[in-house]
Amino acid sequence: MRARLVLLALVALAALAPAAAAEQRASLTEIEKQVMCPVCGTLLQLAESPQAQREKAFIRRLIAEGRSESQIKDALVAEYGDAVLALPQGSGFSLSAYVVPIVAFILAAIALAIGVMRWRRAGGGDGETDTPDGGPSGEDADRLDADLARYDL
Amino acid sequence: MRSSIAVLAVLAVVGLLVFGLVSKGSSGVALGDPAPAGPLPRLEGDGDGSLAEYKGKWVLVNFWASWCVPCKEEAPALEKFQQQHGGPRFTVLGIDTRDLTDDGREFARRYGLSYPQLRDGDGGAAHDFGTTGVPENYLVDPTGKVQWLLRGPVDEQYLHDEVAPFLPEGKS
Repeated sequence: MRARLVLLALVALAALAPAAAAEQRASLTEIEKQVMCPVCGTLLQLAESPQAQREKAFIRRLIAEGRSESQIKDALVAEYGDAVLALPQGSGFSLSAYVVPIVAFILAAIALAIGVMRWRRAGGGDGETDTPDGGPSGEDADRLDADLARYDL
Repeated sequence: MRSSIAVLAVLAVVGLLVFGLVSKGSSGVALGDPAPAGPLPRLEGDGDGSLAEYKGKWVLVNFWASWCVPCKEEAPALEKFQQQHGGPRFTVLGIDTRDLTDDGREFARRYGLSYPQLRDGDGGAAHDFGTTGVPENYLVDPTGKVQWLLRGPVDEQYLHDEVAPFLPEGKS
């Protein structure tokens, strides 16, 4: 029984190991979506220029050497600079690409909230049609009463 | 108050658009302008090099890349011109732009390029010069100003007719 359990565990491990390795292994298709062709100014995935072909060959070579996705992207940055990355890096000055929109959104939300508060404090419009129970007033109320009486509602 | 804020917002947006347009079109050199001379890594060996090192010489700055077919065609002509005119008063200076280091080195070896080579991996120098592609050639005088430029490949005849007349008599 014990031996059978050990055997089962080994089989399960053997089945899981390739899947885990496949997850970590870099692929050209995935990297192509994340890096640019510096000469074409488009994603490498969409580029077919001679420079793009050399860049793809470079990535294939590094994959064959067993490099991880992040190592390959680092190597591309070393060759072509930060601009080769389709998305800015989350550090240094590039971090501002992520931080600035968030800060701008928060500032806009605060400005909007302050604006709404001021507007409500100032009366929130002309206020002429508001009644304590939320119904119409003045001429509207008279017309409503007349309509209700006419249709006997 | 509200209208002044709106005007300010509109002005800010317009200002940003103008800045974007101006900064996009501001790169590049014209004849008579000082040539950008920032440091760049050497293609072979360690450390940086720069156009500023050649002050006092005429320099033919050649932007190229290993993946560029016309660059392959002009490389022998540039090497021959360097053999004929290279010396204390003139040199060709190659700048390998937006290229892989190994590919660039292999290119220089294959064509036996003996003149100095720098690497411009991110294309920053090419942008500063205002190149529109590769190859492009800029003749820089001993004071560091651009005296001639050609967007496209050169050949022996062109170098002889258009560049050589700028250079001092004899082997420069």
